[in-house]
Amino acid sequence: MTRIEKVSRRGFLGSAIGAGALVLGVQMEQAEAASPAWSPSVYLGLEPNGTAVIVAHRSEMGTGIRSVLPMVVADELEADWQKVRVQQAVGDTKYGSQNTDGSCSIRDFYDAMREAGATARLLLEQAAAKKWNVPAAECKGQNHFVVHAKSGKKAAYGDLVKIASTLPLPKKTDLRLKPESEFRYIGKEMPTIDQADHTRGAGKFGIDAKMPGMLYASIERPPVFGATLRSFDDSAVKGVKGVVQTSTIPGFKPPHVFQALGGVAVLADSTWAAAQGRKKLKVEWDLGSNGSFDSGREKTEILAKIKQPGKVVRNVGDVDKAFAEAGKIHEASYYVPLLSHAPMELPAAVAEWRDGKVVTYAATQNPQAVQEAVAGAMGIKKEDVTCHVTLLGGGFGRKSKPDYVCEAAMLSKQVGKPVKVVWSREDDIKFDFYHANAGMYMKAALDDKGRPTAWLHRSAFPSIGSTFDAAAEYAMELEMGMGWVDLPYAIANHRAENLPHKNHVRIGWMRAVAHIYHAFAVHSFVDELAAAANRDRVEYILDLLGPDRQVPIQPVGMKYWNNDQSQEKFPVDTGRLRRVLEVAAEKSGWANKKPGKGRALGVAAHRSFLTYVAAVVEVEVDDRGRVTIPRVDVAVDAGQIINPERARSQVEGAAVFGTSLAMMGEITAADGRIVQSNFNNYPVARINEAPRVTHVHLVPSKAPAAGIGEPGVPPIAPAITSAIFAATGKRIRELPVRKTKLV
Amino acid sequence: MIQLKVNGSARRFDGDPEMPLLWYLRDVLDYTGTKFGCGAGLCGACTVHVNGEATRSCVTSMQDTAGKEITTIEGLGARSEHPLQAAWKQCNVSQCGYCQSGQIMQAAALLKAKPKPSNAEIDAAMQGNICRCGTYQRIRQAIQIAAGVKA
Ligand code: FES
Ligand code: FES
Repeated sequence: MTRIEKVSRRGFLGSAIGAGALVLGVQMEQAEAASPAWSPSVYLGLEPNGTAVIVAHRSEMGTGIRSVLPMVVADELEADWQKVRVQQAVGDTKYGSQNTDGSCSIRDFYDAMREAGATARLLLEQAAAKKWNVPAAECKGQNHFVVHAKSGKKAAYGDLVKIASTLPLPKKTDLRLKPESEFRYIGKEMPTIDQADHTRGAGKFGIDAKMPGMLYASIERPPVFGATLRSFDDSAVKGVKGVVQTSTIPGFKPPHVFQALGGVAVLADSTWAAAQGRKKLKVEWDLGSNGSFDSGREKTEILAKIKQPGKVVRNVGDVDKAFAEAGKIHEASYYVPLLSHAPMELPAAVAEWRDGKVVTYAATQNPQAVQEAVAGAMGIKKEDVTCHVTLLGGGFGRKSKPDYVCEAAMLSKQVGKPVKVVWSREDDIKFDFYHANAGMYMKAALDDKGRPTAWLHRSAFPSIGSTFDAAAEYAMELEMGMGWVDLPYAIANHRAENLPHKNHVRIGWMRAVAHIYHAFAVHSFVDELAAAANRDRVEYILDLLGPDRQVPIQPVGMKYWNNDQSQEKFPVDTGRLRRVLEVAAEKSGWANKKPGKGRALGVAAHRSFLTYVAAVVEVEVDDRGRVTIPRVDVAVDAGQIINPERARSQVEGAAVFGTSLAMMGEITAADGRIVQSNFNNYPVARINEAPRVTHVHLVPSKAPAAGIGEPGVPPIAPAITSAIFAATGKRIRELPVRKTKLV
Repeated sequence: MIQLKVNGSARRFDGDPEMPLLWYLRDVLDYTGTKFGCGAGLCGACTVHVNGEATRSCVTSMQDTAGKEITTIEGLGARSEHPLQAAWKQCNVSQCGYCQSGQIMQAAALLKAKPKPSNAEIDAAMQGNICRCGTYQRIRQAIQIAAGVKA
């Protein structure tokens, strides 16, 4: 639901739009009653020269969103895409949420975008009707013109802007949304606006932003999470050519949220000089309580912990009774290590402090979080922070956390000049908000067909909640809602339990978040059960799913985090999961490809971000134990698809991302310090290691648009290990796969 | 004083001879199409051509560029679009786009040396270029289209 108003161009878009333009602001209806009076989230301007300016308020990190949402507006507007200019929004609460995260941009903004476009089109049609003195209903917007079929009259949009600006806004009930058959861009294979620039190196990322007179900073940060600066000696730094000065950044106050980690910065006239100066710094730290943290020891602790009962977070039937009466029990523990996002573009921002205000250009997924975090760091109002959003060279959740922007702003205030902060890859790998390491204990009681009569799933991991509450040890609702308390299998007795665990590094969300480890444990365990029962794995999963139905999810002591959506609108639907599994099986030739020597298929089907995905992965394991992935088939039901071409590219990319974390990703810590530093010891999949080809099968769906950026990730790791088991007989219960010798 | 050519123009550099070419291109000349991804020759984001050869500019010091001709992504298709750039658009290769300058420069050097590369030759040549968004299959497809070879 939305509200649309005409607004003054000056107040809202400033110089971004020409004089005499018609500008509409569109407000999403807020869920909370106490929402601000009017805070439009979509802007659409029509200039007298006919250019349609559409504001993209979401961040572009490779999903295509800053093209695809404007295409929705343009479609309803009947705009000629060649005459559309996309304008990236600055951070401002008036846009509603700009947090580009959680695979929700389409889901949350599709309707508002359509209504914005349809309103402007109707205004133009009414303007033409007035000009020609004919009924508005006879005028039709068509590809940047309004036409009157009866008289053959035709007027360009630009020539109608002046009249349209004088008309009252049409009522919502008068809007005529286009039928699907008339869609011009929605559902079509439209290329995004940035493709051409990227072939010429012309896209402007955070790392490319400059401000006149700026200094470059390289920052030595506390080597251990929570360590504090004892002393430093910068005498050797000053001799480095190009170095201007050093400066300290105070450490954070718990909870750390998105505050800067603190440290000692070297400021210089080039990136290189700053980095050289930093090498000459001598810094002493007080390491604090995490100074003895060891990730190997922590793994042992977690794997022991999950053998014990925990806090019950879902309880169906009577698991204990079923276990007591069971003829056969199967149990297994799984482990997934800490992971780093490692987007190709490092965290980067340039900021200037001037007269109590901050202006920044930043690669950020969430410019409003930048405003808040920077305002907090500087003791100013968030309205006094202007955040320009650049292109992002990948985000994956890392760039939702603007600690690096705080660094730039704080340093700028200290040195009285704009400051650019670019993290090195070593900084990025060593000071990330890591994807949590997690241990999962699974136990099933089995009937004589090897089907579970009872299912227990315990998880322990440091929670993302520790970012916002330093004492947090139990999982957040969000983490529990991700493939854990929402398991849809038809099993009479089901319990999920959580054991508390304290964080020793910063923990954050990474593409697909808690689904990563839960999907790995759940689907690996299913694979083990199918193997133990000597049953075909696809047939076994279909059996577990049971009859097509909607499964109400009722966790214990909390509400089910269904991506903040109601279960009425987005139920857990086993029929949709069955369908994608069948499609993936059919397209991959599952039934006819029996495992050969060192070659086999693996499968997993998982619902995440309201989207249903099944992956069939083919692996080859050579006689030296090296794994290659010749082919992946992924079937996806994401509800309505707005841009199938970008949807496929997201799923192809997710298969590679999933392969990286399955095969090679691992962050470890010794003496409180992260061991890995760069792509040599934190490898990600390269062209020869990634799936050679991923076939994406978009399953036609009448369901509302769900999400596409993340749901391709979770099934990949368990499908790979399922295939490796089928090919080699080796069961992998701990990621990454490279830790296990396969021959 | 180091003299070199960048995208056809003569340049002189009298800064720190140890400074990597990458930072000269980005910070001094404002050729920001060449990207920084690791600083250690591990990712290929910084790939440029030095005398026609694909080179990691992050580990190439300025003193080693004396008398050389450097081509960056900005110079690659300056006169007319390179077939790889057209193929890249045809396949909609880019996601975030950050790695793609390096990918295209690497692929351009490959096609110069091997105009009809095999699958294995593409893999071997492109292995040093990471794409965290995972666009590899389209990169391979675009190279094959530009080279006019069948997948
Ligand atoms: S930045 Fe040069 S290879 Fe990575
Ligand atoms: S397109 Fe994003 S890293 Fe390659």
